Amino acid sequence: MQVKIIIFGQLTDITGTSVSLDNVTDTDNLVKTMNKLYPGLADKKYLVAVDKKIIAENSLLKENSTVALLPPFSGG
Amino acid sequence: MNTNNSYERYHRQILLKGFGEEGQQKLLQAKVLVIGAGGLGCPALQYLTAAGVGTIGIVDDDVVALSNLHRQVLYSVNDIGLSKADTAAKVLSALNPDISITTYNERLTTANALDIINAYDLIIDGTDNFASRYMINDACVLSGKPLVYGAISQYEGQVAVFNFKNDNNDPVNYRDLFPEPPKDGEVLNCAEAGVLGILPGIIGTMMANETIKLITGIGESLINQLLTYNALANQVYTLGLSSRKETRSLIPADEAAFKQINYDWLCASPSTSFEIDVERFTVLLQEDDTAVIDVREWNEKPVVDEFAFTQIPLSELQEKMTGIKENAVIFFCQSGKRSLQAAQLLFNTFGETKKVYSLQGGLLQWNNRHVKKSV
Repeated sequence: MQVKIIIFGQLTDITGTSVSLDNVTDTDNLVKTMNKLYPGLADKKYLVAVDKKIIAENSLLKENSTVALLPPFSGG
Repeated sequence: MNTNNSYERYHRQILLKGFGEEGQQKLLQAKVLVIGAGGLGCPALQYLTAAGVGTIGIVDDDVVALSNLHRQVLYSVNDIGLSKADTAAKVLSALNPDISITTYNERLTTANALDIINAYDLIIDGTDNFASRYMINDACVLSGKPLVYGAISQYEGQVAVFNFKNDNNDPVNYRDLFPEPPKDGEVLNCAEAGVLGILPGIIGTMMANETIKLITGIGESLINQLLTYNALANQVYTLGLSSRKETRSLIPADEAAFKQINYDWLCASPSTSFEIDVERFTVLLQEDDTAVIDVREWNEKPVVDEFAFTQIPLSELQEKMTGIKENAVIFFCQSGKRSLQAAQLLFNTFGETKKVYSLQGGLLQWNNRHVKKSV
């Protein structure tokens, strides 16, 4: 199953602006895989949204789901 | 709208279908508080004033610096060293003398936040740090005030409307996105990361737009939504938000509990008790047994030749710390942010055995005062 991940803010310094992953079934699985690919991501704070809805707990992914990783911004 | 004059001033928006005299009247009766008169606050203030929001409050305890001017468009070179809130109020009053502007030349704290916020209908958060953002969020939840939120990071900006009660859904607040403030290292350090001047201009005017729509009831607002804008790619991404029961317990229960919270500490930002102003800095420069340390990286400009100092870049401080033999240490940098981190680092190692200071506002502030004095 292919999933597109779009990344925001300063997390893009670690991952670039988008990543495609195969064989991820749920969001916990996705975060683990991303942490392996990009170890710098592991201790960063961000929220996870699936198909434009923020999720609070592990969520199943569908074929062609788009997942967003969004860190908090504080600048003004 | 009592005079023909004001009818003429607002004529072009009164003409709009759905807006009309009724919309204008709602704006004139509205009371909006803008916290932070910086990159986001300046454009928001400018358009809200022009649009005829009847009562506007401005909270900011900072002074104008040269490095603000590329994005904080209410100020000019003649304002450097002057209060942002007062300068903004002066410029805005000239733009629209018919509205009432109140300035708060003070830092928003848990002691004054609720009193100030309670005098307004709607709050705009244009601050630049997590401690203020969590405090403002919690204060708005406690006092039931809608919050127009905006924030920027490098080339991206976010806008959202929090805590707006309507029939459709439970109001969402910032803690529904990020329940707890980030700790050290969880967010890449953006203190000196830089920002394209136009970006807070775009995000700040979007915040003003949301405010005008909420007050007049026109259009669709970003209620319970988070919009992210990318200035490089012209991309907009909007997320739907929903309230979470468990975050409610993170908001202080009442005013007394709110006043007990140390938001600076929660957000792991260094204590501000190390900070000294330019006058104190000048006095301490003359003291014996005092190290004056520049924590900027090697070759950073401007070059300082007005007083003696040694240089230990912040990135090398941890390893070189034990070489500091003096009993008092004053750190400085460009804006006072890195020197504050340096002070915290040193304090973590030496505790109370050394006196540690950080020049508040850094060389920017020192140069402002120094230039003013020598004129």
